[in-house]
Amino acid sequence: MYKIVKKRELNSTVTMMDIYAPLVAKKAEAGQFIILRVDENGERIPLTVAGFDREAGTVKIIFQIVGGTTMRLNAKKEGEYIQDFVGPLGCATKTDGVKKVCIVGGGVGCAIALPVAQKFKALGCEVHSIIGFRSKDLVILEKEFAECSDKLTIMTDDGSYGRQGVVTVPLKEAIEGGENYDEVIAIGPLVMMKFVVATTRPYGIKTTVSMNPIMIDGTGMCGGCRLTVGGKTKFACVDGPDFDGFEVDFDEAMARSSAYAEFEQGQRSELCNLLNKAVK
Amino acid sequence: MAIQPKKNEMPVQQPLVRAGNFNEVALGYTPELAVAEAKRCLNCKNRPCVEGCPVNISIPDFITKVKDGDFEGAYGVIAESSSLPAVCGRVCPQETQCESKCTLGIKFEPVGIGRLERFVADRHNNNNNSQPELPKLNGHRVAVVGSGPSGLACAGDLAKKGYKVTVFEALHLAGGVLVYGIPEFRLPKDIVKKEVETLKKYGVDVETNVVIGKTITIDELFEDGYEAVFVGSGAGLPRFMGIAGEGLKGVYSANEFLTRANLMKAYESNSQTPVMRAESVAVVGGGNVAMDAARTALRLGAKKVYIVYRRSMEELPARKEEVEHAEEEGVKFEILRNPVEIIGYNNRNDRRDPKNGFVSGIKLRRCELGEPDERGRRRPIEIEGSEYVLPVDCVIMAIGTSPNPLIKNTTKGLEVNKHGGIIVEEGTGATSKRGVFAGGDAVTGAATVILAMGAGKTAAKAIDEYLCPKTNN
Repeated sequence: MYKIVKKRELNSTVTMMDIYAPLVAKKAEAGQFIILRVDENGERIPLTVAGFDREAGTVKIIFQIVGGTTMRLNAKKEGEYIQDFVGPLGCATKTDGVKKVCIVGGGVGCAIALPVAQKFKALGCEVHSIIGFRSKDLVILEKEFAECSDKLTIMTDDGSYGRQGVVTVPLKEAIEGGENYDEVIAIGPLVMMKFVVATTRPYGIKTTVSMNPIMIDGTGMCGGCRLTVGGKTKFACVDGPDFDGFEVDFDEAMARSSAYAEFEQGQRSELCNLLNKAVK
Repeated sequence: MAIQPKKNEMPVQQPLVRAGNFNEVALGYTPELAVAEAKRCLNCKNRPCVEGCPVNISIPDFITKVKDGDFEGAYGVIAESSSLPAVCGRVCPQETQCESKCTLGIKFEPVGIGRLERFVADRHNNNNNSQPELPKLNGHRVAVVGSGPSGLACAGDLAKKGYKVTVFEALHLAGGVLVYGIPEFRLPKDIVKKEVETLKKYGVDVETNVVIGKTITIDELFEDGYEAVFVGSGAGLPRFMGIAGEGLKGVYSANEFLTRANLMKAYESNSQTPVMRAESVAVVGGGNVAMDAARTALRLGAKKVYIVYRRSMEELPARKEEVEHAEEEGVKFEILRNPVEIIGYNNRNDRRDPKNGFVSGIKLRRCELGEPDERGRRRPIEIEGSEYVLPVDCVIMAIGTSPNPLIKNTTKGLEVNKHGGIIVEEGTGATSKRGVFAGGDAVTGAATVILAMGAGKTAAKAIDEYLCPKTNN
């Protein structure tokens, strides 16, 4: 059992937790992920590491409440325990040879993008961050990004905060304006990463994306997390989760991500009914 | 007294009943049936069955005890050589091992050794809860990576010799392929749990949720004070064919499909893990794993399940018993067929059609058999222009695995062969890295439970000699 040492709501649908898991905290690096199970009958879900404190022995996770498992996780209180927590899995984000980087985060993906930005900053890189959200009330981690970015641009779809529009607009402006990025790292919804890649491709700027497909074991056994990268089958859990964005088949990844949409819908309504009954 | 020519049948669930549930297919001998079967043993002098057993159980001795009604004594004989008797009695291919050598089998059916082993082990597990006498600790610590059959066997033997053993398991539950791969109806998970509990009684610690190579490296295990490490990390990444459509929704590796069903219990209503409830399923491959996947698909409610195999029934690598069980339950065999493409549903008029992107069929090409290959199996030759589409909504690839790279990538000095399997010295399981031993599928690629167990036992013996060399003076 793994203790929830700290819990904080970042916005109405995104929650942050620090989990006591000293073995994982000792090894975790930006870009890696963990797998957790909330309770005895729980499914195994992967979450990318959003931070870690090696001394305190805690690993930070930030998750969006999207389905049955994240609803159950969010129902846990500070001081309570989750059943299983294993990691760190996957490969850490590569930082070699990068002097100037643009980090593009979208929605809850910003939670994963933050430790990557912090790592580049700590290595002395020039870090530009572009983070996008649907609206003002969904903006998370602004202060943290400001601290580790030489330039920070916040975008909202509806213009209620920062600039109005999608993240690719300021990215394209920056590239056109002569910012010579060694690398662009995009972490967010698949469709956002697909368009970031479409934006950088004409300029040939190395673009890395962080994939978060459906997984079970996370150690290279089940093959559920497979992606087509450069025409070959790759496994996000051992070959990734970072991949060369120019090579990833995003359309296939987007289709595969909805394989259990119907089941998730059922889980959500079942849980909502339970919660409603509890309220009555 | 005349010898009964045939084995005593083991009671089983009727095919059409069992195809609708996950309960164990075979129900096991009663004490009367066990004694009757034991009486068929000739107790011959040269004991060829013992040679046929990868772990050399003293088979005639345990059978004699069964004959005398001393079931607990029989268990004691088996336990001297085997760490997992209830498991092996169920999943060992006895027909190609001990039973294939049985003297009685020259004229009649061999003695049902597997059925007797299973009976003895189950009887012990159900009736005996005593704490075994603990060996005196010898002060040496050994780490075992992976809690599958090779790891459990290695841990058990070392613990009985007085070593303090810790088994590290990546998943949340111990048992490896015995819990994620082999289905409940062939090997109930309670039996695996019981075997693991028995090991714990011998003082073995089992640490779940630790991925060696990630959470802790092998070098760190040595720094932590372990003096030897056994790597039994199992088979790895599932293979796919590399044909179009393998990324469609409804295409599984057998590992994923079976893990969802077995480890995550997706068939139970309170499980939070989804698995597709397909109407019609094509399983590609002809091994035991393919049979397990096909029979699991039936139990999840599929109306039609096909095994797609490129050779003929003669060449199917699965155990005969598994093939028979699958056939009885209604699995259809599309033999001499090779998949060339998986077809997806695509409604061009409605891009939001929820069925878009799901499997709608598998295109198969007919094959005929040519000359035997180097392993003596006749080679399938595809017949150009013979393609047709088999309508299915789920495809399960059961065509093997390639070794897991996690340990290899993080362990300096550990040599692997060109397939990625860990290279070991025959007879000891010693690897190229000092103090590190290996066995099971991580070395051989996909094989059987008993071979893995045998490798674990071999390594346990070698680790004992490595850490406690016998002095001759």
